[in-house]
Amino acid sequence: MEAFAPFFPLLIWVVPIVLGFMFGRLNEKRHYRSIHEREQAWLHLPATASRYPLLPGQIARSELVNGSVVVSVDYFKRAAAGLRSIVGGPVKSYESLLDRAKREAVLRLKESCPGAHEIVNLRLETASLSKNTRGGVGAVEVFAFATAIYMAEPDPV
Amino acid sequence: MFLSNIETIPGKTITASHGVVSGSTVRAKHVGRDIMAGLKNIVGGELRGYTELLNESRDQAIERMKAQAQQMGANAIVNVRFSTSSVAVGAAEIYVYGTAVTVA
Repeated sequence: MEAFAPFFPLLIWVVPIVLGFMFGRLNEKRHYRSIHEREQAWLHLPATASRYPLLPGQIARSELVNGSVVVSVDYFKRAAAGLRSIVGGPVKSYESLLDRAKREAVLRLKESCPGAHEIVNLRLETASLSKNTRGGVGAVEVFAFATAIYMAEPDPV
Repeated sequence: MFLSNIETIPGKTITASHGVVSGSTVRAKHVGRDIMAGLKNIVGGELRGYTELLNESRDQAIERMKAQAQQMGANAIVNVRFSTSSVAVGAAEIYVYGTAVTVA
């Protein structure tokens, strides 16, 4: 036991990294599966970053809708990103995190207006919640907002 | 109250403009949530506590903006924008602003 004592500080680093690697990877896989399924299910509600409605016809009403998500990166990815910053280049581990967060925010936005026909002026904002909190929780918030358009029902002929 | 983040309220016409209205909230997260988030931080993923917290504060900011618009006699707010900034350790400001108008 005595012989291992010098390694205890190392364990404090290694254990979260290993846990982060296992659960983080599992989480990511599950999340991507859910995102793909829901994106398929919401294909009938197109979103555009354009400020003008693309669909022709009479507009019945519109409303401001939003969706947001706060995600944090796991310890393994943070360590990987730390190593990456030595040599530079694309930080894959953060790319997938932000990609998931953005798609999730847009999906939540769509889920908040099930009867809409179109989403216009989709805007995404990313805010870091861990700025200047050394040792704090490293997390980003992705916030999506847009105007949902409800078309008037076509007259029954 | 109609809200949109484009220049008009689709399907309506703007008859009068009342100027910029805004609402803001500054919220701190409480310790319990912070501890949970710290644990969640090891494995990564969504921090539900924070998502809820930010949504609540955003709703409150929107309510404040609406109240201001109502006071001006407007019935709609166009070009609504949001911004978030962390002002201090553990606290974030949510700011929402737009142009108050009357539509018919």
